[in-house]
Amino acid sequence: MKFKKVLLGLAVVACTASAQAATTLETIKEKGYLQCGVSQGLPGFSNPDDKGNWTGLDVDYCRALAAAIFGDAEKVRFTPLSAKERFTALSSGEIDVLSRNTTWSMTRDTQLGLNFVGVTYYDGQGMMVPKSLGATSAKELDGAKICVNTGTTTELNITDYFKTHNMGFELVAFEKSDEVIAAYGAGRCDVYTTDRSGVAAERLKLANPDDHMVLPEIISKEPLGPVVRQGDDQWFNIGRWVYYALLNAEEFGITSANVDEMANSENPEIKRFLGKDDSKFGEGIGLGNDWAYNIVKLVGNYGEIYDRNVGPDTPLKLERGVNALWTEGGIQYAPPVR
Amino acid sequence: MQEDTVRQQSIINKLLYNSTWRGWLFQALVLLGLLGFFSWIIYNTVSNLQRLDKKSGFDFLSQRAGFEILDSPGVRLMDYAPGVSTYLDVFWVGAINTITVAILGIIAATLLGFLIGVMRLSRNRIFSAVATVYVEIFRNIPLLLQLFFWYFFALRAVPELRERWSLFGGLGGINKSGLYLPAPVFEQGFGYVALAFVLGVAGCWLYARFATARQFATGRRPPTLPVYLLLLIGIPLVVFLVQGSPLSWELPVFKEDGPILRRGYQADAGMVLKPEFIGLWLALSLYTASFIAEIVRAGILAVPHGQTEASQALGLSGGMAQRLIIIPQALRVIVPPLTSQFLNLTKNSSLAVAIAYPDIVSVFAGTALNQIGQEIEMIFMMMMLYLILSLLTSLFMNWFNARIRLVER
Repeated sequence: MKFKKVLLGLAVVACTASAQAATTLETIKEKGYLQCGVSQGLPGFSNPDDKGNWTGLDVDYCRALAAAIFGDAEKVRFTPLSAKERFTALSSGEIDVLSRNTTWSMTRDTQLGLNFVGVTYYDGQGMMVPKSLGATSAKELDGAKICVNTGTTTELNITDYFKTHNMGFELVAFEKSDEVIAAYGAGRCDVYTTDRSGVAAERLKLANPDDHMVLPEIISKEPLGPVVRQGDDQWFNIGRWVYYALLNAEEFGITSANVDEMANSENPEIKRFLGKDDSKFGEGIGLGNDWAYNIVKLVGNYGEIYDRNVGPDTPLKLERGVNALWTEGGIQYAPPVR
Repeated sequence: MQEDTVRQQSIINKLLYNSTWRGWLFQALVLLGLLGFFSWIIYNTVSNLQRLDKKSGFDFLSQRAGFEILDSPGVRLMDYAPGVSTYLDVFWVGAINTITVAILGIIAATLLGFLIGVMRLSRNRIFSAVATVYVEIFRNIPLLLQLFFWYFFALRAVPELRERWSLFGGLGGINKSGLYLPAPVFEQGFGYVALAFVLGVAGCWLYARFATARQFATGRRPPTLPVYLLLLIGIPLVVFLVQGSPLSWELPVFKEDGPILRRGYQADAGMVLKPEFIGLWLALSLYTASFIAEIVRAGILAVPHGQTEASQALGLSGGMAQRLIIIPQALRVIVPPLTSQFLNLTKNSSLAVAIAYPDIVSVFAGTALNQIGQEIEMIFMMMMLYLILSLLTSLFMNWFNARIRLVER
């Protein structure tokens, strides 16, 4: 009797093993929400507000993704991840998409079994020093003690930069970004370094933000963007076109406020984009034909997201700069929907 | 024909009702099931990795690592330099740092733990109260919080990077970049001094055996202390002087002028204990010492009071009674749980990553893993390291335990 049970158990196990794995989109639709990996708290990008709601540019990308899939921007759950944990969480399937100020680099794109869907924020590594140090340029930092976050591209960049300029330095690498800024605040280091947007955000956590300044040098290219697992092209396409939809909406001048008006527009490009003619672009990627309409209606276009999270009117005060649309002198450019 | 089937059936029945045979059968089935389960997991992992197009294997170990690591024993011993050293070197840097903090932590925790444990049993109310408060505070607060407390407390308490508190009349000093001490420089000929000392230790051991044999034969123990002193200090000192004092001290250098970032203690002079190391070492030692103190207390209390009275009746002095009667018996109770505490301390040292001490978890599972991305191989290497360290600790402690065990006749 017992033996039969064991055999039965083995057979069940063997059957599950041979069953075909479902696609990422099917899995998400089945569980009813999107699982999105974000940071452990980076103001402007992914940060819980005082009511516990996640806000930020990276968070809004995930909301746009949820809006496109479910027509509901709230059907998304967030997993805070340290820099060290993030790729493992994605490749193990714990999260569906990683939207956590992650730099696109060749190693990560080709060796980790992951794919970057695009660049939601063009950044570069910057440095912050106490004003009392009297330094005005990164080239004067010979002998500096530098606090960084471990498991990021910043460790490599800073080593390269100081070696190139033949300067000595000491690197103190912490696991969590909160401890990095705390140690800098306690005076352990002369320099705090991470992506420039991150420097602007973390500066606000210091006791006296005005005693510290961001140096003008940008010592690296840090294209930040969402990441998905390799091997599911449909999911990769969805991730990429949700990002393009945000850009295209801004280019068309469609905002969350005027999207219903624009839906009645006679412009064929806009009609096609919002799914108001009989072209079926949404179905082509496994979504509803009103996918872009839902994104703009529920989350907004790229410009809106930028302005409310990191723009000049927020505490971060980051100018659009290279992140402006290509029509306005920036390099944010999306292929057309047609 | 019919008889044959009946006979066959009866053989099967006999086998089924034979408990030895049945036992073997079920054990074999369970083994097969387990093997099947694990090969299924491994097959799944391998095929998932292939589907993700992820690299596997240990080739990455010979790649060059391009990042800087904080000055630490591992960096010094491995001569680590970014862009020159490989990822295998990174592994060893982390491993050496983990081993260093584990050994120093075990030493400090044991000394402090024994002291507190004995203090708790003291008849002096103040001593025992202090010990009780110590134990209750340190073992009841999570280690990670203690780690942050010591690290940030130490950072806030000491002078800024370009200032200092002088220690030992300017020979050393402390500020936010670390505790600076003179570093010993061993010159030509110091090897003879070390050799003389090692020979002295061996001589002491031989002399102790001789003295005990003599005591058994004549009832009188020949004088030991002067001989020990001569062997351990006298002869090495003579060798030291004959060799022309082959030891000098390199003092830390503190600059008060020049470019502001180059002021303060210089990186390449003297010996330095970084705040990250001090914080981790303090937290690990203080935390584990509170557990060891309780183990020591339990061990001493486990020796019946009658033993003390009996030794008094035999005319042994208080110290001798402790040394010859109480402690040897207490150790038998203390050593096995002490081993677990040593293992805990070693494994807890992996919290180092929280305060930037470059241990194996921080440099290998943190920085290197993010560059390479081969979780399975790298975590496996790390698990093996911890396993080997723990097994070596157990092996040593078991050997020690066997030596002091009650010999039954």
